[in-house]
Amino acid sequence: MWRYSRISDLDLDSYTLAAPSATVVPPALQPILDAIGARSALVIGGQPVGPVADGLVIGLDDQPAPLGEVAGEPDALVALNAAFCELLTMRVEKGTVLRDPVVVVTWVDGDGTSLFPRTLVNAEAGADAGIIEILASPDVASLVVPVTEVDLADGAHLKYLTIQVLGPRVWQVGTQASRLGRDADFLSYNVALGGDYARVRSESVLAGAGGTSRLLAMFLGDDRQMHDFATVQSHRGKHTTSDLLFKGAVANDSHSVYRGLIRVEKGASGTNAYQTNRNLVLGQGAHADSVPTLEIEENDVRCSHASAVGPIDEEQRFYLESRGVPPEMADRLIVSGFLDDVLERVPVPQLLPWLRATLAERLAQAEAVRP
Amino acid sequence: MSHVLLIEGLRANVGSKEILRGIDLEVNSGEVHVVMGPNGSGKSTLSHVIAGRPGYEVTGGKVTLDGLDLLTLPAWKRARAGLFLAMQYPIEVPGVSLVDALSAAFVSNGRPPALVPDLLAAEADRVGLDRRFLLRPLNVDLSGGERKRNETVQLGVIGPLFAVLDEIDSGLDVDALRAVARRIEGATAESGLGVLAITHYNRLLNELHADRIHVLIEGRIVASGGPELAEELETTGYAAYGVDEPVVVGAAVGAARLAGAAGAASGAGNGGRPGASAARTDLDPFADPFA
Ligand SMILES: Nc1ncnc2c1ncn2[C@@H]1O[C@H](COP(=O)(O)OP(=O)(O)O)[C@@H](O)[C@H]1O
Ligand SMILES: [Mg+2]
Repeated sequence: MWRYSRISDLDLDSYTLAAPSATVVPPALQPILDAIGARSALVIGGQPVGPVADGLVIGLDDQPAPLGEVAGEPDALVALNAAFCELLTMRVEKGTVLRDPVVVVTWVDGDGTSLFPRTLVNAEAGADAGIIEILASPDVASLVVPVTEVDLADGAHLKYLTIQVLGPRVWQVGTQASRLGRDADFLSYNVALGGDYARVRSESVLAGAGGTSRLLAMFLGDDRQMHDFATVQSHRGKHTTSDLLFKGAVANDSHSVYRGLIRVEKGASGTNAYQTNRNLVLGQGAHADSVPTLEIEENDVRCSHASAVGPIDEEQRFYLESRGVPPEMADRLIVSGFLDDVLERVPVPQLLPWLRATLAERLAQAEAVRP
Repeated sequence: MSHVLLIEGLRANVGSKEILRGIDLEVNSGEVHVVMGPNGSGKSTLSHVIAGRPGYEVTGGKVTLDGLDLLTLPAWKRARAGLFLAMQYPIEVPGVSLVDALSAAFVSNGRPPALVPDLLAAEADRVGLDRRFLLRPLNVDLSGGERKRNETVQLGVIGPLFAVLDEIDSGLDVDALRAVARRIEGATAESGLGVLAITHYNRLLNELHADRIHVLIEGRIVASGGPELAEELETTGYAAYGVDEPVVVGAAVGAARLAGAAGAASGAGNGGRPGASAARTDLDPFADPFA
């Protein structure tokens, strides 16, 4: 049965517009910053805090790609973001290789407020950088509408990791858009754990020839939470590759929706496009939808998509039980194991222990992991 | 201290089909019992029902470990009571390593999980399983033989009171089979492990010393005896039990066929087989399977 996204329940009038208030690292986020370790810059609430590495330019007075050029205006919320946004621009200069990631913290702490962060990233020709965006909040009832636009020039390499650990009453309506030049290489990775309703629309446009875009996500839903993902792998240039892997689990009464489109435009010959979405349904009241779509206007392409929705395999549970592992522990192991292949591909390996521990903690919290 | 695994009148269905038709076995600490039977006779079903695998309906009888009724317990409590199952087809658990799984088992059992890696490494060496398999996801991309060694490693680390080994010999080459058999015999001697080894190949018996042999046909134990029973089966096959199938086979054979001839019944008696006692008379191997 198809369950519609809860986005139609969104009542914008119930939030008042706010600016980000945090200017220091909220104590709750210290462990993750410690796990990340060295960084090229730290940005909190749109402002750089502390030193910024050479070759990285952060600020408003710079010349980023014009607002909306990469993201377009796919829906009303992106338009709203353009109207109300707090703008952050980051430019990685031509040929610059940043050894350590840039860390961007968005801390949503105004109860009853709405926040519209806008991030424009320009990776110039031959630049190589990693950005970690941490989207977090205490337990407030707020709305956050983050829009991130990433423009990769020819031969640029960029890894963009988003860690969404919002509180359980926050609504998130996020958009991530990337555009890749010739031979550019982009990796986007979403860790989606928090939020009441949490949407991420992720679109990657392979504009130049030879570009490669990898889109990964790992999510876990609990309570009555909803994760709503929409992805577009859009191939325009010749010999471009996109590879998507979204995996998650929904516990208790939580829902997930995945809608994925592979679009290959006429002339994008030699396209390789892959899309995989797998969902583990843990709770009796939990539900996952997976809707892959292909739009292909070119003959010379290789495309595949796979999607799966199902409960924990009872044979796997039995095997672990037969070794003396109680079922709830077995289930936690199976879920962690299920997510492990996507987890292992997290672009910041030093974060893996933090991620595994956080995941284990959240799984333990999901009281009814057992169906 | 001696323990006993007792199976009495065990009957079980898969769907509406009766697979186990009244099984009686008694295994004591330190004993090795081997159950032999043709394909489809219910050997794996027996092992699964004892261990509590989902998908079977127990319709009668009991399985107890030192008097504890196992059939009312979930699988993990049976394991905690001291039962171990080595599966014929061990199940793949993606992303979960042997270390993770056994650490969880140790934690829930109040044993220090920090012991697990060293115990696993030692056990792996004993059966010639490459240590790198210990960190791999359980049974994923393992060959048949590696899986059997893996099962034996787990048996060694967990140290149960009783082990049900379902075709632990299949997929193993001669050397591996020998190493696995040595490990099992080691456990029977050192810690008094009681073994119920299930097979349809005689070759296991060349390596593993059996105290008792039982012949399982169509869900019933039709004969029990000493090691000589196996030798006899090797020469005559299951024909004496009305099943047209040789015991030593290289590949899977077709479904067992009931001869059903009354005349063959005399062959099932103990007259022709010194040392082999007839099965309990109420377990008639030639009873109408649909009765
Ligand atoms: N899950 C199942 N569904 C249907 N039939 C089954 C199932 N498991 C076992 N059986 C049937 O039960 C009988 C015994 O099977 P099994 O216990 O696997 O035999 P063995 O291990 O001796 O070869 C066979 O006829 C088999 O087809
Ligand atoms: Mg079998």
